[in-house]
Amino acid sequence: MNFCRAILISVSFFLLACEKQVEKETNNGSAELASLLEEGEHLPGGKLNTVQDISPNAFSFPSPALKKMEKLNFFVGNSFFKTNWVASPASTKARDGLGPTFNSRSCAGCHLKDGRGSPEFAGKMTTGLLLRLSIPGKDKNGGPLPEPVYGGQLNDHGIPNVPHEGSIKVEYEEIKGEYPDGTQYSLRKPTYSIEDLQYGPLHKDVMISPRVGQHIIGMGLLEAIPEKDIIANADPEDKNNDGISGRANYVWDAVEGKKSLGRFGWKANQPSVKQQTAGAFLGDIGITTSLNPGQNYTQAQKEAQLAPEGGKPEMDDDDLDKTVLYVANLAVPYRRNHKEPEILQGKKLFNQAQCQACHVPKFTTGDHPDFSNLSNQTIFPYTDLLLHDMGPELADNRPDFEADGNEWRTPPLWGLGLIKTVNNHTFLLHDGRARSIEEAILWHGGEAEKSRDLFKNLSAKERELLIKFVESL
Amino acid sequence: MKLLLCLITLILLAGCKESAENNTKSEDHSALKKSVVETYANIVFANYEDSHKLAVVLKDKIDDFIAMPNADKFEACKKAWLAAREPYGLTEAFRFAGGPIDDEDGPEGNINAWPLDENYIDYVRGADSSGIINNTETYPEISKEVLTDLNEKGGETNISIGFHAIEFLLWGQDDIDTKLKSPGKRPYTDYLTSGGTAKNQQRRGIYLKTVVEILVEDLHSMVKEWDPAVKGNYREKLLAMDSSEAIKNILTGIGTLSKSELAGERMFVALDNQDQEDEHSCFSDNTHRDIILNAQGIRNVFTARYQRIDGTVVEGSSLLDLTNKINPELGAKAAEMSQKTVSNCEAIPVPFDLALTQEKVGGKGPIMKAVLSLQDQGDVFTEVATALGVKIGTELPE
Repeated sequence: MNFCRAILISVSFFLLACEKQVEKETNNGSAELASLLEEGEHLPGGKLNTVQDISPNAFSFPSPALKKMEKLNFFVGNSFFKTNWVASPASTKARDGLGPTFNSRSCAGCHLKDGRGSPEFAGKMTTGLLLRLSIPGKDKNGGPLPEPVYGGQLNDHGIPNVPHEGSIKVEYEEIKGEYPDGTQYSLRKPTYSIEDLQYGPLHKDVMISPRVGQHIIGMGLLEAIPEKDIIANADPEDKNNDGISGRANYVWDAVEGKKSLGRFGWKANQPSVKQQTAGAFLGDIGITTSLNPGQNYTQAQKEAQLAPEGGKPEMDDDDLDKTVLYVANLAVPYRRNHKEPEILQGKKLFNQAQCQACHVPKFTTGDHPDFSNLSNQTIFPYTDLLLHDMGPELADNRPDFEADGNEWRTPPLWGLGLIKTVNNHTFLLHDGRARSIEEAILWHGGEAEKSRDLFKNLSAKERELLIKFVESL
Repeated sequence: MKLLLCLITLILLAGCKESAENNTKSEDHSALKKSVVETYANIVFANYEDSHKLAVVLKDKIDDFIAMPNADKFEACKKAWLAAREPYGLTEAFRFAGGPIDDEDGPEGNINAWPLDENYIDYVRGADSSGIINNTETYPEISKEVLTDLNEKGGETNISIGFHAIEFLLWGQDDIDTKLKSPGKRPYTDYLTSGGTAKNQQRRGIYLKTVVEILVEDLHSMVKEWDPAVKGNYREKLLAMDSSEAIKNILTGIGTLSKSELAGERMFVALDNQDQEDEHSCFSDNTHRDIILNAQGIRNVFTARYQRIDGTVVEGSSLLDLTNKINPELGAKAAEMSQKTVSNCEAIPVPFDLALTQEKVGGKGPIMKAVLSLQDQGDVFTEVATALGVKIGTELPE
């Protein structure tokens, strides 16, 4: 036995020497690539909130570290998220109160399987696109001033006896472009209009902002990133002269009754998962909660004022809290091939093109007040949660709290490569105009123009590697 | 020279490793593991074959009914649907296991998607023109392609096909007071093309025929994936896999069904919401069977025993045998757990929609008791996995 161990130790030593030698001889440059590997990056949701699943359900798993009762409540929250709400009165008591006007009958209508919405239409129903409306000025909390007749969002559906507000019309124009290497590409530029208006003309100064539903994994983790770590990346005056500012949005926090750092939504206009969730319930589905007790209609919408309500509020706090638990604890899928040389080469190019300046790879979460599994996790969301001027081509020209008409929040890139598997499409950006990751990159302007041009100047093979890396996230 | 040295050391190392293993008597049970995986594959095949067979019977009954609708033939369709659910309910223990039923292009969402928003398909109380059937303008043609494409379009409860779509087309809405213990009461005359009830009877008939045709095809695709006579299918892939990896997948599957899908999604949600809309087979009031069959299916996999619809039994080496070899105490605990869980599911009063309104939320009624034992069973499977040297469920990728 002892003898054997002695031999073992010595042969191990030899073996190690052999291995090292082989490495030196065969792997030119691979050491450099290996140095790009970061500890834990294959677990983007951290050790406690990552799942090993790449099926069409990849975005729908609970954080594996949820406690027993939390896990049961996760499924209850899921039922409020995925099941269609119905107009009141109805045989179901749990989910009545739809509308009076609405965009979707369920959260999943725009976040199918917790994934990303698309600008396409199913029959008359959009599968994830909506239009925000406002006029110049600010409301009492510093937010956008709603369009006086139609409110803050165009609801393209109504319950029986209540007219919908209008219909969204999207027209695309193909814009041809060319890489420096001569490769052609084409981007589709959308124009939005509203037709079929049911309550008279829109205000002459109306501003319209199109938005599609984002995939919603890891929301609680983003909520748990310490504010100071987000602010640390802000550089509003661009003091470091890299052409990238990064501004924090400060938005009305109804729970706190004051302004807080905005983290969620395309313009970082929501401070918490709870407010984001309650806001979507009211604005998109027409469901009131204790956070938003008033129905979603204006003085001009007489039929809506007469519509029956599904309770006061229509969703009680217990159900809202379970839905928030659900949204906050959707786990992040693991990275499948982070070690592959091609992926690491793509990562190197991603960094060279300065993409990581805004798509900040890594954070460590602080203490989450409600869910301990979300606390102190090293996560890889690839966002700074800050606002950036993305140029006139992408601008919605509609301010939202501190965000101006050119600014958008850096969206997280985690899970991006799985959207096709989960949602059968690859539409990206705030209105789904980009049909692929490549097109999304090519639309980058403003502060991201330099990075876009660095990307365009790569060889075709290098561009492919960079995209592969993004798909691997 | 270097290479030679390396080779020698490798050989020495291999020698040492082997003798070390013999010394500690650690067996790896590889033959038994292989046999466990093989038995599993045999059971899966037999179970899907039965499920397909009874779906074909259902299709025949529906074709017969639509050809000349009458009340007796309508009842025969319902009976055939209930019969087809029996073997299918057991096959759900094969889900979440990396197998073909719910892989990237798996048919699970086509076969058994729920909950289903009735008015996506057909009329409901208060909306006599709703649904694909009555929307002749948007959907002039009802075909396999059209219905498959519409499944889950624009919302997760926008279900156009599968068992539960057929269930709704046979039973109709169950908005009857649960105390009356009655399933939905769709009249067969909804399919009478002259003098019938509701609108678009002919389209409804075409719809029903089309959906059952899709169901049969999807189940047939599962049979082929597990048929020992078919080359290059999933069965072949599973048997070629490292046995421990295959066992990990199998245990993940039954653990996930037990702890998450059945305990959470299918039982606790309905109880907590106190809403029959959240029960699994809400139109036919067959949810109690769904629950028992899922639990029994889990037991079938764990104990490697499946009784076919013709009464014959497929059995062999089981995960339980393997557990008993490695840790008899844990084996006994798991065997008891599996037995108890099925009994607890059987003890839930029928129909489920009445049972859930009679049980106090947060209490210890029969539904909650079954939910908790399904959760505990999931934990026992995690223990079993650990004993077998694999990690499941909450495990993290390397």
